[in-house]
Amino acid sequence: MDYIYGVMAVICIEIVATVGLSVFTGFTGLFSLGHAAFMAIGAYTSAILTYFYHVPFVLALLLGMVMAGLVSLILGFPTLRAKLRGDYFAIATLGFGEAVRVILENLSITQGARGLPGIKHFTTLPVAFIFAVLVVWLTKNFIWSKFGRNAIAVREDSVAAEMAGIDLFKVRMLSLVYSAMCGGLAGGLFAHYLNFIQPVMFTSILSTQLTSAVVAGGMGSITGPVLAIALFIAVPEVLRVANMWRLVAYGLILVLIMVFRPSGIMGYHELSFEWISKIFKKNTRNKAGGKGI
Amino acid sequence: MPLLELKNVTKTFGGIVAVKDVSYYIKQDEIIGLIGPNGAGKTTIFNLITGVYKATEGNITFQDRDITDANPVSIVKNGIARTFQNIRLFNKLSVIENIRTVLYREADYNLGNALIRSSKVTRIEKKLYDKSLEYLEVVGLIDYINNRADSLPYGLQRKLEIARALALDPKLLLLDEPAAGMNPDECIDLVELIMKIKRTYNLTIMLIEHHMDVVMELCPRIVVINFGQVLMEGSKLDVQNDPRVLRAYLGEEYANA
Repeated sequence: MDYIYGVMAVICIEIVATVGLSVFTGFTGLFSLGHAAFMAIGAYTSAILTYFYHVPFVLALLLGMVMAGLVSLILGFPTLRAKLRGDYFAIATLGFGEAVRVILENLSITQGARGLPGIKHFTTLPVAFIFAVLVVWLTKNFIWSKFGRNAIAVREDSVAAEMAGIDLFKVRMLSLVYSAMCGGLAGGLFAHYLNFIQPVMFTSILSTQLTSAVVAGGMGSITGPVLAIALFIAVPEVLRVANMWRLVAYGLILVLIMVFRPSGIMGYHELSFEWISKIFKKNTRNKAGGKGI
Repeated sequence: MPLLELKNVTKTFGGIVAVKDVSYYIKQDEIIGLIGPNGAGKTTIFNLITGVYKATEGNITFQDRDITDANPVSIVKNGIARTFQNIRLFNKLSVIENIRTVLYREADYNLGNALIRSSKVTRIEKKLYDKSLEYLEVVGLIDYINNRADSLPYGLQRKLEIARALALDPKLLLLDEPAAGMNPDECIDLVELIMKIKRTYNLTIMLIEHHMDVVMELCPRIVVINFGQVLMEGSKLDVQNDPRVLRAYLGEEYANA
């Protein structure tokens, strides 16, 4: 029971980071290969605060988010102002992610590569679940406001968006800060769930997992990435019995999604009762038509 | 006093001179046509006016203000809107969201309100929704409001782009080949639409177009561009009868024949 409980808590924590990243990648259209760095910053900031300075948990989480947000400004100012295009920007984030990890490995307060043990266990499943729901709700509101719509406009056609009076830099920067703060929150929750963190937990493998969850879950969708990250974490756990095949299955899922639904599981849609009933109606209509012939 | 004036505007891309020493003006309430063979530099002129490119030399003034080096966003705010030769819509958004996105500049709620979706947000969103409907009504897209922009047929996409430009509340509207790919019936329809929006919104319009019937119908005054330079400027009668224009369009032998 403890085991399932733990897997579910990790899923909730990663949902927070993935949904944040979906604002940046899925809705604003910029790819990041370094968002694990924001999780690392949130994790270390909050863990150091609760461990060394006995700051209350929620306040430490908040400060971790703020720190991640501030650091994202350092990444965003040079790259977004220069309007780096897709792949160039992704490479910049890759370098950024590695740089943050190396810095964490060399600071004395983070205890370097040995990591920080003995962090208090504050993130129980209910806590993680509440934060996941809260972030999904806030993100939905964000997307359905002028901020989110402007981000979509920038993704769809940046030239037209600029000609419609939308400041590209501001919109992209806001999305980056938002996603970084979500990452920081997820990192803080993660540190207080595992009770131990070390820099090697936040490598580009984690960044890639987040980005592939957004792409496989569906660009321009919130619920899609939520489903995808849950799948990405749950399936390898289910397959622990067939240890050798775990990573094969993981790759296979990605390939199958890309082949059968190139725009992601829920690309440009949200999972809702309305959407399900529409799909269902379409299918029954097709079947009825088939019988007629 | 002209509304917009270009003075000796030159734009070079490396060694290529795309626009050379172009000077012309447009007065308030006027509608002028910008014509010329493919590659003459007409769209480059639009890009210079809207700030996509910066002029290498010369000045562009709009309402007595120098906008030569202004950025695109501030130029839009000053009151110049445009459409594009190759349609640029926000494809994954619905027709009405395409318009509302443009109207968001009037939405004065902040990020905190947006995140908790306060009643202020819902009220403003609703207000802008209704205002978007008005623009869609004018261009005749009211039956398609919930369709995704990229699902519309070509002609309607052009109309949506015009509606989006109108929603920016411009004083000067730049239309880049609005009739491209349209049949004669659709062209007549478009001419009527342009006349209508000009009256309704008190617009000054600059038009790039290859359909001569559309240009002749709409524009009392025409500027002819060839090889990046102003070949001539005058009334439509002058332009129709000018041997230089015939030569630019049809070549030497035909012009003499």
